[in-house]
Amino acid sequence: MEGVVIPLNHVLIVAALLFVTGLAGLMFRRNVIFILMALEVMLNSAGLAFVAAGTAWAEADGQVIFMLILAVAAAEVSVGLGLVLQIQRRFKTLDMDQARRLHG
Amino acid sequence: MLQTVWLIPLLPFLSAVLLMVTAGRMPRPLVAMLGAGSVGLSAVVVLLFGMQFMQAPEPYTLTLWSWMRVGDFAPQFSFYIDQLTLVMMAVITGVGFLIHLYSTEFMEEDSDYSRYFAYMNMFVAAMLILVMADNLLLLFLGWEGVGVCSYLLVGFWYKDPANGAASRKAFVVTRVGDTAMALGLLLLFTELGTLQIQPMLDAANNTWVSGDTLPALAALLLLGGAVGKSAQLPLHTWLPDAMAGPTPVSALIHAATMVTAGVYLIARTHGLFLLAPDVLLLVALIGLVTLLLAAFTALNQHDIKRILAYSTISQIGYMFLALGVGAWSSGIFHLMTHAFFKALLFLGAGAVIHCLHHEHNIFKMGGLRSRLPVAFWSFLIGSAALAALPFTSGFFSKDPILISAFEYHGSIAGIGPWLWVGGLLGALLTAIYSFRLVFIVFFGEANTEPDRQPGWRMAGPLTLLCVLSLFGGWFALPLASVFPAESAHHPSMLIEGISISIPLLGVLVAWLVYYQRKVSVSRFTDSPTGNSLRQYWHSGWAMDDLYDNLLVKPFVGVSTLLRGEPVDKVYNGIVGVCQLVHRGLSESQTGKMRWYATSMVFGLIALITFLGWGI
Amino acid sequence: MELVLFYISSAVALFATVFALTRSNAAHALIYLIVSLLAVAVIFFLLGAPFAAALEIVIYAGAIMVLFVFVIMMLNLGEEGEERERQRMHPAVWIGPALLSAILLVEMIIVLSKMSDQQTGALITAKQVGISLFGPYVLAVEIASMLLLAGLVGAYHVGRRFRLSEPDDQSAVVSGDDKQGGD
Repeated sequence: MEGVVIPLNHVLIVAALLFVTGLAGLMFRRNVIFILMALEVMLNSAGLAFVAAGTAWAEADGQVIFMLILAVAAAEVSVGLGLVLQIQRRFKTLDMDQARRLHG
Repeated sequence: MLQTVWLIPLLPFLSAVLLMVTAGRMPRPLVAMLGAGSVGLSAVVVLLFGMQFMQAPEPYTLTLWSWMRVGDFAPQFSFYIDQLTLVMMAVITGVGFLIHLYSTEFMEEDSDYSRYFAYMNMFVAAMLILVMADNLLLLFLGWEGVGVCSYLLVGFWYKDPANGAASRKAFVVTRVGDTAMALGLLLLFTELGTLQIQPMLDAANNTWVSGDTLPALAALLLLGGAVGKSAQLPLHTWLPDAMAGPTPVSALIHAATMVTAGVYLIARTHGLFLLAPDVLLLVALIGLVTLLLAAFTALNQHDIKRILAYSTISQIGYMFLALGVGAWSSGIFHLMTHAFFKALLFLGAGAVIHCLHHEHNIFKMGGLRSRLPVAFWSFLIGSAALAALPFTSGFFSKDPILISAFEYHGSIAGIGPWLWVGGLLGALLTAIYSFRLVFIVFFGEANTEPDRQPGWRMAGPLTLLCVLSLFGGWFALPLASVFPAESAHHPSMLIEGISISIPLLGVLVAWLVYYQRKVSVSRFTDSPTGNSLRQYWHSGWAMDDLYDNLLVKPFVGVSTLLRGEPVDKVYNGIVGVCQLVHRGLSESQTGKMRWYATSMVFGLIALITFLGWGI
Repeated sequence: MELVLFYISSAVALFATVFALTRSNAAHALIYLIVSLLAVAVIFFLLGAPFAAALEIVIYAGAIMVLFVFVIMMLNLGEEGEERERQRMHPAVWIGPALLSAILLVEMIIVLSKMSDQQTGALITAKQVGISLFGPYVLAVEIASMLLLAGLVGAYHVGRRFRLSEPDDQSAVVSGDDKQGGD
């Protein structure tokens, strides 16, 4: 089957909405698990933008990049969740405002 | 025999090294024997050498080793001996030995006996290297060596800060001259390609003609060194302060030998000075002005050693005058006789000081004629020679200088008689101040009782120097082959008569004022102008204040300004700003992840605003 | 018809995301997130990228989310953790981020609306993607594999159970992990 003809603008605006939502979540959640989720959302929205652009120009590159983003997301999540475990173990909390060893 | 000349400086040097290495652990009699004996042995070698040398008086060069080698520049460690050197060597070792012998008694109660002799011997060795040097670089080594020894000996009693200051002043002021001299050496080497004195003078004669700028500049720079070392205007201020050292030191270094090094330098390089007649005239003028200034100052001093110090400056002024008017051998002759009678005077003064509880003020002495007969006769003979009374050694050396000055035909015509008048005025003043000293110290009422008499080791050298001061003028120095021929003197009887009678007049004045007290100077000195003039002369024409205001105070001011390190303030300011910014940035490192994310969002918004503007 | 499907799935994705990020219970949030990802997969499918859609479901909604589930299970946050999360959710906390995000969104919409009218719809099959991946992008694939390997090693290392009871060991770990910390 062929793809649906949708204005690229609309798909991109959806991606932007998702991205901004994820960004807002990143900024206001203090729980590190939610922060990771917000990151996933943002990565996903970027992937959406790439795929949409790829289909708009009838090129496979968009999906290739999407797959690379997937790889990045997978690696990031695996390390990130490992860090979550460590944070819980060391600070006895998941609140990132309490885990502030980076304080200058 | 001639080859053994290297023994002459080596003996005192070895003795000095030995005394330094043993650092006072040697028994005192041995120290005395080593210290005085090494110089005495040197004197004997000089005597033997001189006898051998005079049989065939040809300049003798002995090269010991190549000192250093830098490309074409290879100064040798070699000695050049001619009649001039011989005279200087004889003075240094002869008078030096007498002073060393005197010192063995004078310094007997000092705890640093061996250190004293180590310095003294080192000085003699350096001074010998200075006069025997074949090239100017080796001469400069000796030149600086005597400077260091002078510094060490002036500050010998270093526990008194004033002595330390005096030695520093002596060192720093002479350093000014030495710098000029070093520059002169560099100039001579770059222009003539050698520092060996005789080839250099020949080369100078071949390359330059009289009146050129370069020889004048070189001569001027050398003159700077000579002026510093010989305490002539304007670098004379260190010598009166250098009297802080032990009295025999003053006799040896600051009367007989080191201060005459400048005279020797000019005499040694006279070929260069002859190419610069203007500089030669400057030498004469410096000598004249210095001798008058110093003589006026000596009239007003009351410290016995300072009187002698100013008199030394004044007498060296005569030597410069002699050099300046081309009376080379008279200058060197005066150098020798001056070494005799001034060493005599200093040692006599030392005897007075030694026997009078270290009293320096002449007005607290008096009536010592019968109590210290040795010192009295020394002073009487020394002062007579200093004042150039007829038939003393000083007369035979000073009289030709004045005559030569009168007959001077230099770059400015007709200046000769004026130089002569100035010299005569100086001679008058010399007679007055030297006999003022004699009358005040040895006649009149006794103020202080001597607590001892000088022993044989002090009296012996004094006696010998008395003889030399009286009859030293009867020698004829064999300097004719060293210096260009001087025109024969044909002074009129009037000139000769005036020259002879002026010192006698001075003695008469001194006798009237200070012995008979027929004429009182207090009426003059009590008047406001007289008093201020007295003060002015007493301070040595306020030269020290002048230099203080001209050089020292601005320097100290700049130093205090720089003490706060104003340049560093700029850098400290940069550091401060960096730290401030750092602190601010460090505060922004809250450690809160969310804050970092939020600040990135701010950046993102700004970025899109700017980038999206154009679309 | 399909266009309407797009808008519906977009709305689902958006709302699911908003819910996912505003829940206080992590497990609930995760379910919402999976819904959002599935909705995005639908969008991919509609756009004509069936391979991407499949990957989205298999890897994102499948593998990655399962990792989250594992971690949430291991942490066992419980009721009081949920209560704390709820307390943190008052307007003072989220109004600022929401405002900033809104500004960013407005900016992006303005920028996007100025773009030329481009239509999607070209079908890109797995074959095309595969040819591209192992043709011009083969280096990127290699790099991605390196990245995943690094992620694997990193996750293993970070997830290790350090013996925190011994002070010496802790200091060693702290110095190893927190090099950036401190001033």
